[in-house]
Amino acid sequence: MSVSWNEYDPGKFFDELIKTKGKPRKYAKNLAKYLADHSDEELETRKAVAELSIKEMGITFTVYTEEEGSIDRSWPFDILPRMIPKSEWDQIEKGLKQRVHALNLFINDIYHDQKIIKDKIFPKELLANSVNFRKECVGVSPPLNIWAHICGSDLVRDSDGTMYVLEDNLRVPSGVSYMLENRSVMKRVFPELFESYNIQPVDDYCSQLFDMLASLSPRPADYPEVVVLTPGIFNSAYFEHSYLAQQMGCELVEGRDLVVQDDDCVYMRTVEGLQRVDVIYRRIDDLFLDPEAFHPDSMLGVPGLMRAWKKGNVALANAPGAGVADDKVVYAFVPEIIKYYLGEEVLLPNVPTYRCMFQDEQDYVLSHLDELVVKPANESGGYGMMIGPMASKKEREKFAQLIKKDPRNYIAQPTLGLSTVPTFVDHGVEPRHVDLRPFILSGDNTSVTMGGLTRVALRKGSLVVNSSQGGGSKDTWIVEEEA
Amino acid sequence: MLARVAETLYWMARYMERAENMARLINVNANLILDIPKKTVLGWEPLIDITGTRENYEEKYHSFEERQVMKYLISDADSPVSIANSLKWARENARTVRDVIPREAWEQINGLNHYAKDQLNVAMSKRGRFSYLNEIILRSQTIVGLLSGTVNRDQGYLFIRMGRNLERADMTSRIIDVRSANLLTEESMELRPFENIQWMSVLKSLTAYQMYRQAMQARIRRADVVKFLFQSQRFPRSILFCVQQMERCVQELPDFENSLRRIHQAKRLIQGAELHAYDQGMLHDFIDHIQIELNNIHEALNDQYFLSGRIYGQEQEQKQAS
Repeated sequence: MSVSWNEYDPGKFFDELIKTKGKPRKYAKNLAKYLADHSDEELETRKAVAELSIKEMGITFTVYTEEEGSIDRSWPFDILPRMIPKSEWDQIEKGLKQRVHALNLFINDIYHDQKIIKDKIFPKELLANSVNFRKECVGVSPPLNIWAHICGSDLVRDSDGTMYVLEDNLRVPSGVSYMLENRSVMKRVFPELFESYNIQPVDDYCSQLFDMLASLSPRPADYPEVVVLTPGIFNSAYFEHSYLAQQMGCELVEGRDLVVQDDDCVYMRTVEGLQRVDVIYRRIDDLFLDPEAFHPDSMLGVPGLMRAWKKGNVALANAPGAGVADDKVVYAFVPEIIKYYLGEEVLLPNVPTYRCMFQDEQDYVLSHLDELVVKPANESGGYGMMIGPMASKKEREKFAQLIKKDPRNYIAQPTLGLSTVPTFVDHGVEPRHVDLRPFILSGDNTSVTMGGLTRVALRKGSLVVNSSQGGGSKDTWIVEEEA
Repeated sequence: MLARVAETLYWMARYMERAENMARLINVNANLILDIPKKTVLGWEPLIDITGTRENYEEKYHSFEERQVMKYLISDADSPVSIANSLKWARENARTVRDVIPREAWEQINGLNHYAKDQLNVAMSKRGRFSYLNEIILRSQTIVGLLSGTVNRDQGYLFIRMGRNLERADMTSRIIDVRSANLLTEESMELRPFENIQWMSVLKSLTAYQMYRQAMQARIRRADVVKFLFQSQRFPRSILFCVQQMERCVQELPDFENSLRRIHQAKRLIQGAELHAYDQGMLHDFIDHIQIELNNIHEALNDQYFLSGRIYGQEQEQKQAS
């Protein structure tokens, strides 16, 4: 027995590889045939190879448990790749660049003249409510006027095949190391498929990241001192911090390694003494960066770091305050933001979003609560959210009250039928829901990863792709279609 | 090189070396027990003293029966000296600096940690223990070789070598101590016939038997074996050799004067000892003394190069200034 595509049923969802029962999409034909031609035992062996590689390579993520504290676990990975044709990807890439460009102009405007507010495109009250707006950043001009140097945008595909942007992560987006490691595992598992497909490589991300960071250096030099700042080994993304530092050949530092001297420059403590630092790729949240400026009891940060940054003596990526553009209400304004700064129509659509602060949109939300997902603006990780079709009548009534009481804090979106990809399960192959997180780098030029990190909800029917809650990941192939 | 990274590399190497030598230590005692007449042996208890953690042991364990001691020295995650614990910390340190060490080295250290955990059942059986411990030793040696064959000769490597040699000197002294502890009744005629065979087993546990034969061209005699293991200029596990390695390493670092002074002090102590005249009791005291000197070297390195020492030093300066 082997994979039988005649029994694989994507149902009402859009499947990335299989159009309908027994009919692979054009670009997935070779892969489908390959899988059908190999026995279960053979595929099980490949799966075991992948699992062993991940264990040996020590690809881990950290989870916290009551009993054991922090432990690092092997990264859950599915060996069946997700594929996107190059022609479609080119369009997505354009859309992402447009989006991030406009968001950077928006952030810079918000911390300077606030023209977009004066022109009444963006409501002033929203800014007052934003938890990610940092008054400490007003008037600061970071290098190249770019604030969000590294952006991770989450994309989802609805049942009709449209790709939507679900959210933009502008603070400390993670996942890129897993994207790179997934590819190196896949090369060990299916070397022959890489021969039969024209798969776009992803390997140059780290050198692009380094070049981008180096372009921010306050001191012009061929090799500016770039460091990666991590909260430390107990952070869930420590693997990634360490991975990126290694691949870029720069120091991985913790807050206690750095010190700001009286000259307002940042130094690291080395075996030889103090050494000046030019660019910090920080993987610590704004509020923990500098106990002098924010949380006074933060042990992770560096006292005086904000002082050094404001004086232009060190570059921080992403810039503090960049998160102002990633709350859910700002998200709802992205089409207007793009139009305002670039004079262009949005290329990559938002999920249709109803803003309860506008009466007509609120009316729609209140009369369609059973169909919509309601989200508060400033919470992340699914907190305080209501999924209409699954909520009880009581819950819906509770949310109706909440919305009427504080309309500015709520948005609502239709429930999407996330697309699926064939995924190994205990007995054969079944469709599982996925999303996609590409990464966009903005410095003296802009680049987008080839594909991104595909996260997959491994439980049947689940839409939760988070690795701490039963999610896994897949390699993402951008493939050139053969003529 | 970051002070914290130097410190982490140093400890990574120390923990790796500690795990390997703990495996050697257990093997040497197991061999001694097999060789010595039953009624005269002290069994496994001396090993606890040799690791310097008797109090810790007695909190949790109530006898010095073989299984208990094995658990404490091999698998117990709470035991500060167990192989499991050393490998865990070697891996944690390596994980912290995995951006600095070659990927293959990290994979080996990670793999060794998995092996040690996965095969604990084997380790706990009398039959499987020897091969388990040997595998640990062999894999540790692989990692030493891998690092030596792939790492830039920069400061990071100097700290790896210093950590390794300091720990190795310390553990070699402890392995010799097993022998002296087991022979408190040395003068009894009963044990005489076994003496040589026992020193042979000490040499073997340090992979030193052939090298001893080649270098000393002598029969196995207590005085020669002790001289070889303490004072050989050629054998890489002898205490003097390890200290001289550190002497060389430290001079490639900036501001090495204090650390070098400490190293020279230890070196004088080792070279000056009239070992052939020591009885077992004196040898034991001498070993204690060496361990204290080695710790002084560690303290000097910590103050000068490591992050914890640096931050402490800076705080003291600020206090004095204000």
